[in-house]
Amino acid sequence: MPGERVGLLVTCLVDLFRPSVGFAAVKLIEAAGFSVEVPMAQTCCGQPAYNSGDRKSAQAVARSVIEAFAAYDHVVVPSGSCAGMVKRHYPTLFDDDPVMQDAARRLADRTHELVSFLAQAPGTRIDARYDGVATYHDACSGLRELGVKDAPRRLLAGVAGLRLQEMASAETCCGFGGTFCVKYPAISDRMVSDKAADIEATGADTLLAGDMGCLLNMCGKLTRRGARVRVRHVAEVLAGMTDEPPLGQS
Amino acid sequence: MEATSRSFPANARRALADWGLQDALHTMARQGFAVKRAQAAARLPEFETLRGLAKDMKNEVLQNLDFYLETYERAVSAAGGVVHWCRDAAEARAAVLTICRTAGARIVTKGKSMIGEEIALNEHLEAAGFEPVETDLGEYIIQIRHEPPSHIVAPAVHLSKEQVAESFRATHRDLDPDRPLSEPRQMLDEARALLRRKFLAAEVGITGANFLIAETGSSIIVTNEGNGDLTQSLPRVHIVLASIEKVVPTLEDATLLLRLLARSATGQEFSTYTTVSTGPKRADDLDGPEEYHVILLDNGRSALLGGEMQDMLRCIRCAACLNHCPVYGAIGGHAYGWVYPGPMGAVLTPTLIGVGEAGHLPNASTFCGRCESVCPMQIPLPNLMRHWREREFDARLAPAAARYGIALWSFLALHPRLYRFVAEAAARVLGWCGMKRGRFRTLPLAAGWTNVRDMPAPQGRSFMSQWAKRR
Amino acid sequence: MSDARADILHRIQSRLRGGPVGEATATALGERLRAHPRSLVPARAKELDRPARITLFIAMAEEVQATVARVARAEDAPAAVARYLAERNLPARVVLTPDPRVMELPWRETALALRAGVAHDTDTAGVSGCFAAIAETGTLMLVSAPDRPTRNSFLPETHIVLLRAEDITGFYEEAWDRLRAACWTGAGFAMPRTVNFVTGPSRTGDIAQKIELGAHGPMRLHIVLIDDAAPA
Repeated sequence: MPGERVGLLVTCLVDLFRPSVGFAAVKLIEAAGFSVEVPMAQTCCGQPAYNSGDRKSAQAVARSVIEAFAAYDHVVVPSGSCAGMVKRHYPTLFDDDPVMQDAARRLADRTHELVSFLAQAPGTRIDARYDGVATYHDACSGLRELGVKDAPRRLLAGVAGLRLQEMASAETCCGFGGTFCVKYPAISDRMVSDKAADIEATGADTLLAGDMGCLLNMCGKLTRRGARVRVRHVAEVLAGMTDEPPLGQS
Repeated sequence: MEATSRSFPANARRALADWGLQDALHTMARQGFAVKRAQAAARLPEFETLRGLAKDMKNEVLQNLDFYLETYERAVSAAGGVVHWCRDAAEARAAVLTICRTAGARIVTKGKSMIGEEIALNEHLEAAGFEPVETDLGEYIIQIRHEPPSHIVAPAVHLSKEQVAESFRATHRDLDPDRPLSEPRQMLDEARALLRRKFLAAEVGITGANFLIAETGSSIIVTNEGNGDLTQSLPRVHIVLASIEKVVPTLEDATLLLRLLARSATGQEFSTYTTVSTGPKRADDLDGPEEYHVILLDNGRSALLGGEMQDMLRCIRCAACLNHCPVYGAIGGHAYGWVYPGPMGAVLTPTLIGVGEAGHLPNASTFCGRCESVCPMQIPLPNLMRHWREREFDARLAPAAARYGIALWSFLALHPRLYRFVAEAAARVLGWCGMKRGRFRTLPLAAGWTNVRDMPAPQGRSFMSQWAKRR
Repeated sequence: MSDARADILHRIQSRLRGGPVGEATATALGERLRAHPRSLVPARAKELDRPARITLFIAMAEEVQATVARVARAEDAPAAVARYLAERNLPARVVLTPDPRVMELPWRETALALRAGVAHDTDTAGVSGCFAAIAETGTLMLVSAPDRPTRNSFLPETHIVLLRAEDITGFYEEAWDRLRAACWTGAGFAMPRTVNFVTGPSRTGDIAQKIELGAHGPMRLHIVLIDDAAPA
């Protein structure tokens, strides 16, 4: 409901690589009628430890996130994988601690991936212009853990001048997978090469997605291949904040 | 089968460079099982509901597995069959060899059985002087090539027709060497004629079992070729190889799973031949085996009960997870190094041959989740792979660099002010260094990344430092 | 072997609950076995009247490359079989399963060379009846018996099945009910040695992912559907 307080979980990759995505998220959430705060105690959602099998560290990080975001009506995350971590995995981290488990569940219920949040919020108005042909990559966690599929497309339909050209296999993994891309680089390279070929085959001048990990991976491959595709986080386009150079460009 | 899972990274690199294999994998991706499964699932409105019902039914069975196995055994005996309980591969092999010796067998025909591969049955049959003949066409092809299967439903999917023809010419030496073998039809006709002779000559036929039915003591096999039926109906002795988790309570319960199996595996509504066998031939039957033996194998399954991996026992070996996995789709089945490839192999193999040997497999996943989304039994495969990673982490099996890296990252994540400092410094340094081009072609310590892709440069200040200034 | 049996059961029990199932559970599980409840039946196959079952069966069977010919009376089946073989230039000889319902038909009114009994590898076409058919997937249900050898459905290159329309059920559970009723002895339900569900002719995709018919089983499956309610 408008007027409610949103805590922004900015995510480590946005924080480090592309703050403009965070500011785009703030702009969009405020435009939908919410007030936005950014608790300074946040660092990371704990996925790297969790997916590496370090359950203890994952629990510790989850505890600090649960604490940092306890006070908000909603927690919004410009990343499907981080939102998925909080919503789907935090509640499974505290089987032997009912108090924490309950707190994790309550946080999970209040946490939303950015585009899903905007798509459901009654006050959302997309008022942006982007002249170009864009193709959209469905990041795996957002798609399969959170059901993010229609929401970004519906919102992008409201961007004046933008035409969406779907790629073949939009739902196929780009090969990032966190540490996977450096543990099994040859397989990751094959996956991202296939993805880059699909992107180039659309003829689109722009690639959009909702996850920085995927975007860094795909962008790096596209520029290495000399492809002329502008890569941005979908929040940037929805917020009309495309003055900053695209990812990987100066 | 000798495992090479330890060499998974090298296996994978080799597979990626194998053009013939890559051709086959691209054909699979374009028109193969995943495409067909999508069509079959779309055609059945109840498909998703059936998945949940199947999961619940199988969970009930696993919770009461001892009861159902005892019920099953009584029913098999009542029908005139014999159940041989085997704790491990060695006991299973010994049981099979004893039956074959007692039967005075020479030729032993075989329907496709992953359990057979798991216990390395063929090697031991040959060593004991028997002639095992694989009758599933794909299994026959890899048998004559001395290769392991690369897919649990389509074992020879990695081969081109030229490779098959070459193997046929090399093996079927008493046929005209100039005969045409350029088309699958020709090769099929040749194999059909040859294997027909084996079917008719075999004294023992060994099949797997897709399901065992407690109520009736039946075994079910599902094939498209009919080879399983000829294997089990013509010889004097029929041996069924089945692991303990295959049991379901009733014919109706089996029907639920059958409605999911073919659709998930090949996109068919139902496989061509679904056969329910119960005991040996009846007294006045004109054909059928005189003996019916079931090798009921544990081999690590009971160890999964009651633990965090129990869900894996719901697997019905449909291979949907393989068919939808981008990693399998890039490297094929042999790279996994043992009997079971793909996501289900990544979970099952460490159980069966140890995490020391198979540790790479559950790590070689992006957790994209597609496997879980198509599994007819709703097995949470990525979660199960993560459990293996947890065990490896606790046992310090991961490489030291990875462990220290994660430990450092977690330490920083738990100390926000220190994290802020490091993050801001990194953003500034990398942002400044990458300012001109917006990306890095090389980056120290990140060769794994920058060997094949650029690293986009950070914008130059962290979000949190900018936000702190603003507010 | 009994060591292994006890060992395996013990392992299972200790991992699940520390001992065997409790009496109440055993009773409940036994009840469930006796009741053999149905799971979810696909709507497409439920509540079909006879004409709808026939239509669905034929559509599904033809989808998997079975062929279907309809005759109004069982007596017309032999001629239909002879016609089928002649139209395809196949040898005019068949081996019949010694099933009375097949044997009693007027085979000698055709010019077919006839044999009855267990099929040999040299038989080119086999004729059998079937116990039931399932419209849900266009599947035939053949059940072994003293006069119905299983190999007759698999050895000959052409398999011809005589199916009476009233034996077409909508879905699998109905077929199982029929079998349970047919195989009921005083002591309970006794399965036959083999129940074959046959959905189209034999096939394989094992060479270069190209589907070919006639892998080891029959290359052709022809169904003569005897429908005495059909308009003439």
